[in-house]
Amino acid sequence: MAGDGGGAAAEDGGPPTPARVLFPPTFSVSEIKNKQRRHFMFLRWKQQQRKEKLAAKKKRRKEREALGDKAPPKAIPKTIENQRVYDETTVDPNDEEVAFDEATDEFAPYFNRQTVPKILITTSDRPRGRTVRFCEQLSSVIPNSHVYYRRGLALKRIIPQCIARDFTDLIVINEDRKIPNGLVLSHLPDGPTAHFRMSSVRLRKEIKRKGKEPTEHVPEVILNNFTTRLGHSIGRMFASLFPHDPQFIGRQVATFHNQRDYIFFRFHRYIFKSEKKVGIQELGPRFTLKLRSLQKGTFDSKFGEYEWIHKRREMDTSRRKFHL
Amino acid sequence: MHSDDVVWDTLGNRQFCSYKITTKTQNFCRNEYNLTGLCNRSSCPLANSQYATIREEKGRCYLYMKTIERAAFPRRLWERVLLNKNYEKALEEIDENLIYWPRFIRHKCKQRFTKITQYLIRIRKLTLKRQRKLVPLRRKIERREKRREEKALVAAQLDNAIEKELLERLKQDTYGDIYNFPIHAFDKALQQQDAESESESDAEKEEDDDEDVDKREFVEADDSDLSDFEDMDKLETSSEEEQEVEEEVEKKASRSKSKGKTPLKGPARRKRPYIEIEYEKETEPATKTKAA
Repeated sequence: MAGDGGGAAAEDGGPPTPARVLFPPTFSVSEIKNKQRRHFMFLRWKQQQRKEKLAAKKKRRKEREALGDKAPPKAIPKTIENQRVYDETTVDPNDEEVAFDEATDEFAPYFNRQTVPKILITTSDRPRGRTVRFCEQLSSVIPNSHVYYRRGLALKRIIPQCIARDFTDLIVINEDRKIPNGLVLSHLPDGPTAHFRMSSVRLRKEIKRKGKEPTEHVPEVILNNFTTRLGHSIGRMFASLFPHDPQFIGRQVATFHNQRDYIFFRFHRYIFKSEKKVGIQELGPRFTLKLRSLQKGTFDSKFGEYEWIHKRREMDTSRRKFHL
Repeated sequence: MHSDDVVWDTLGNRQFCSYKITTKTQNFCRNEYNLTGLCNRSSCPLANSQYATIREEKGRCYLYMKTIERAAFPRRLWERVLLNKNYEKALEEIDENLIYWPRFIRHKCKQRFTKITQYLIRIRKLTLKRQRKLVPLRRKIERREKRREEKALVAAQLDNAIEKELLERLKQDTYGDIYNFPIHAFDKALQQQDAESESESDAEKEEDDDEDVDKREFVEADDSDLSDFEDMDKLETSSEEEQEVEEEVEKKASRSKSKGKTPLKGPARRKRPYIEIEYEKETEPATKTKAA
């Protein structure tokens, strides 16, 4: 039967089933065995679809004009953000449990202004020029941060020393083939450790239309779009890098914007031209991060307790599911 | 012994030797029993019937020896001796095993042994340090991630988002008194006034009326009838003065919040700056007293 249907269609004949007198035929184009013929039929089908779509559009537009004021509002186009699969760990702003958790987690002392952030930035072994410059620029962006080079020292041995010297956070920038490609952010007095993959790193000189160097003023922090519990904790991690009281005189702002699980970091200087317009000028390095794992204690790759690991097979199955 | 020369003549110089590797400057020998690694008359294990090497297996070094007596028994050809772990004692063992052997082989054996112990020490040291773990990249996944990042960047519209956030913060007065945009402050003050006037007693309303009486002179001259048409149904209070005040407030509020207004706004908007100035002159002292 299929062969008959296919044969009939191959001759560009009438419809295979007499019940629906349709043109084009309703069998699937992919059933034709001959490639050239199949290709030809597919192109024809595609053209048909396009024509129908155009006609439908025109009709809709005409209806809209005819109705005038009473026309129904325009349909909202579907975006990935609209179609996002609802994550049950999305934080509700009024959730008490979340508020309680956040009041008692490792960042509570920072948010209660009991500790002042002091950051140590370091790299993997033998950093190359780009990574070194990136570290310097990063340390100019984050106030109260110091860059130290690690000459073969194990992280596990550095950490107790850092804690002894009152550092609150440790940033390790991993390098591969002369470009930085990973970031480990560890909150020190046994705080969580987040491991990110870093991409699109742009140093200051590679940014077009950039301003002058960032000054010593404490910048403001903007955290956008961290909706789930996981996103919230990562957002708090980022917020705890910067001192609590921004100096508005400096007019600098550091932004961590989460979009589809990618965290974009930008550093700008802003100026209010009027009460409804603001101009921003990008200073500072820029990079994007993608969270790979979140560990409960400080950096310990073997025995650490992982709160979240990105498992590609399980988590990347749907295009509309995001975790941050 | 003479067969050695024949072997060397054949393999080394004329015909093919499968262990030989030729490069531009040098010939190497791939034979695992070779002492130096080069393809020489004195280093070729095939062309010397009395030969010795050092080889290491699993961190232990062995001395392998081959003598002409066993040349007919390939299975028993190479005799192996385990060397001592101690470097000096092992050297003495080499010496006593290779006593009466040609100087070249003895010397090269000791050199090879030294080299091997050095690299074994290095291996042991390195395994104590952190090893760099190589993680293979998967090309398809890398490409996919890159593409998704680009799309996410486009969807993020970072500049707009940042500007919006900054304006929000300005509105919520996080910047305090640094930026004086009077309209903004006046907006807020007016909104406060609104809230107070709706909830409190008539005394307040009378005060408002007093102010509005002053205002009315200017405002009515400037306002066209358009402003009377608009927002009429939205207003709840009865007095004209309050109507005007609230109209302006509504206009401002609606202007700042929604953009899709009827085209009647056009001329009103043009007149707006003029009106604003009047308001500031009239009511700034009033707002100050209200705040106090």
